[in-house]
Amino acid sequence: MANLQSNTAGIISPNPFWLASAPPANSGDQIKRAFDHGWGGAVWKTLGQPIQNVSSRFAGLHYKGTKNIGFNNIELITDRSLETNFREIAEVKKSHPEHAIIVSLMVETKEEWQDIIKRSIDAGADGLELNFGCPHGMCERGMGSAVGQEPAVNEEITSWAMEYSTVPVLVKLTPNVGDIVPHGLAAQAGGANGVSLINTIKSIIGVDIDRQVINPRVGELSSNGGYCGAAVKPIALHMCASLARDPGFKIPISGIGGVSSWRDAVEFILLGASSVQVCTEVMLRGYRVVEDMIEGLENYMEEHGFEDLGQMTGKAIPSYSNWGNLDLNFETIAKIDADKCIGCYDCVVACQDGAHQCLFPAEEGKKRVPVIDESECVGCNLCEIVCPVPGCITMEEVDNGFAPATWNEHVNDGKPLRPKKGAH
Amino acid sequence: MTKPADITPDRSETVFEEFKPPYNKMQAAVEANRCLYCEDAPCIKACPTSIDIPTFIRKIATDNVKGSAKTIFESNVLGMSCARVCPVEVLCVGDCVFNEMDQPPIQIGKLQRYSTDAAYDKGWTYFEAGEDTGKNVGIVGAGPAALATAHELRRLGHAVTLYEKREVIGGLNTTGIAPYKMKADASVDEVNWILSIGGIEVKTGFEVGKDATLEELDGKHDALVLAFGLGPDSSLSAAGEDLSGVYGAVDFIEMFKVGKVDLTSVKNAVVVGGGNTALDAVRELRGLGVESVTLAYRGREPGMSGYAHEWKAGKVEGVRAAFGTQPIAFEGAGKVEGIKCVRLDEKKKTIEGSEHVLPADLVLLAIGQGKLGELAASLPGVVVEKGCVQVDAGGATGRPGVYAAGDAANGGTEVVYAAAEGKKAAHAIDAYFKGQA
Repeated sequence: MANLQSNTAGIISPNPFWLASAPPANSGDQIKRAFDHGWGGAVWKTLGQPIQNVSSRFAGLHYKGTKNIGFNNIELITDRSLETNFREIAEVKKSHPEHAIIVSLMVETKEEWQDIIKRSIDAGADGLELNFGCPHGMCERGMGSAVGQEPAVNEEITSWAMEYSTVPVLVKLTPNVGDIVPHGLAAQAGGANGVSLINTIKSIIGVDIDRQVINPRVGELSSNGGYCGAAVKPIALHMCASLARDPGFKIPISGIGGVSSWRDAVEFILLGASSVQVCTEVMLRGYRVVEDMIEGLENYMEEHGFEDLGQMTGKAIPSYSNWGNLDLNFETIAKIDADKCIGCYDCVVACQDGAHQCLFPAEEGKKRVPVIDESECVGCNLCEIVCPVPGCITMEEVDNGFAPATWNEHVNDGKPLRPKKGAH
Repeated sequence: MTKPADITPDRSETVFEEFKPPYNKMQAAVEANRCLYCEDAPCIKACPTSIDIPTFIRKIATDNVKGSAKTIFESNVLGMSCARVCPVEVLCVGDCVFNEMDQPPIQIGKLQRYSTDAAYDKGWTYFEAGEDTGKNVGIVGAGPAALATAHELRRLGHAVTLYEKREVIGGLNTTGIAPYKMKADASVDEVNWILSIGGIEVKTGFEVGKDATLEELDGKHDALVLAFGLGPDSSLSAAGEDLSGVYGAVDFIEMFKVGKVDLTSVKNAVVVGGGNTALDAVRELRGLGVESVTLAYRGREPGMSGYAHEWKAGKVEGVRAAFGTQPIAFEGAGKVEGIKCVRLDEKKKTIEGSEHVLPADLVLLAIGQGKLGELAASLPGVVVEKGCVQVDAGGATGRPGVYAAGDAANGGTEVVYAAAEGKKAAHAIDAYFKGQA
């Protein structure tokens, strides 16, 4: 049996699946139920001076009949009293001692940080997460992403927290920056034990085109929200990997952003995460999704011979290189299995209009199977991507007789490149 | 302009539920999003009117339903009725590429209905009459072929007069479609929607041969279109066929489509035939509450000319079958009580000593309809073969300025072919006028 125990900067949880700091981690009753379903940890919804929220707060992005491929919110941090939150933290820690409770925090002054950190640890927090990421509402008050976007401020406040904390501290980073690396390094420089990323992306999810008002609507106004859900995963994976591969960055990562299944979690872990945090999928489907996440991860680890998460973490990082190091002589071409082809010609139109014009309809009167001009196929994958039939189009490697040569090698050492294809 | 007669709400057909109920918005969106939006799609090629199906479906998916219906009507102005009555299983849906990978094919008919119904409900109209050319065309008939021709002629700016024998118009779309597919009032709605382009004069109760000869109509108009459909139900010419309770199937269907029939006393109904009218009739009789309905067909099951999917539905609905059965006489005292039949072997030869009587107090003969083509033979130059008016690809007969479309020319087939032929004939007539100028 694979060991699913996760150690993120010293925060131990029975598995790497944590609830992110968000509505599903708003109260003790919720988190107890989540732990009963199997969640390994929970990042308590951000504590600070309790706020007043608006209605409405959420909006979904729908695509071709699939609801909520993306999601955004304009909800703020906790609207419940600190006393209530701390009492419930203590209760959950008592009833579920094996599960990790990380308390998310957002306050302004050094004194407030000192006070809230002490009270969190007294209540039983296994770790703290500094919310330097929230891109809506709180940033207008000088907190959240307003902190995370300034490396010097990030480092300074992190160092205050490190001064007062006796438990591991994670800094939650905002993706609303040009390059994530200096911000991760700032947290590290402030002494943080780890980072979690990404927080939500500043967004306008859509417009009610009949009212001509942005969603979600508060009266006749709205505001930018924080974007999350399945659609943000590629952005989050890139930021996670960017930090994980940076030679100067040494601390652990808790991965966040579009984790909807065990597969997403595997991707984050392979790109350097020690744990993953989930919000949107739970908001849409409930805590019960974790059962499949755990089982799927376990099956994956067994199939691939990973005994623990440590062996997996960062395993795909060496594959993340710069474009200049890619082998320009590596060649693939599309192959179509005529028996599987259903003749929709979606690949033909995609290749003709969106790629390199090497797929053509069959001759009139012949079975509708596209004809490939292999001499023009650049191996771009578009046909395979649009094909609705599993395994019908495959990209096959071709031995063109050229030794590997990257752009850097070509420019610096004059290594020969194969003739260009599709550059007609 | 004579307004076509409204249809009574008090019709026996109103008891029928819809066999394929309409989609709601969510169902339509889910189905539309399944469509692969094929390039050079096989479904378009399978449609006699070449509707750009992937485009109209994509427009449902993007919630551009108004544009979706426009895409349909641009190709087929009878898109609303075709959505309900087309045998999509053997046309567009039958050629959906999903059939190639054992996935359920896209329900194109139901999606087409979703868009065209919305157009009718919301009162969307798309077409204006063309600039007046001064030409006028007479059309004999007011069924699907006639309406498709008339509408396209109006878009091209030619004046149109329809000559219809009945008081209701719409032809078999009004009087003959199985009510679980479409009821008469929907057909009348379609007629009115089509006529709303304006400039189509309708003369109902007008019978060629009685009120005017074809030659007179031809003389009166710059062009003449023969779109008078088929004639009465064929007869078996068997003894006792004049007994009460023996009807032609098309006649009987018209009775309950546009009026009322009382079948409460019917115990055993027998429909003679194996084509689509026979299959409609057996299912309709079951739906109208007749307990015992038997299809009597002289051939064997695989030899039936009716669609397999229709017969399958009939069997599910409890219709019985007597295959290899040939009626030779109808028995009864004034009213039919039974059919004397013989059994036929695989080669349709009578089996010796196989005479028997099928109990029947209602008999519908669905063995074909007579062809009215002979009507047209009076016009010099018009060629009629096997009752069908002979035409070229554009619907032109051998007589300049005389065209034919729909069942009168093709011998009797689906509404969608009438729509396609009518539109083609309109363009051929337009070209003919331009050639004269």
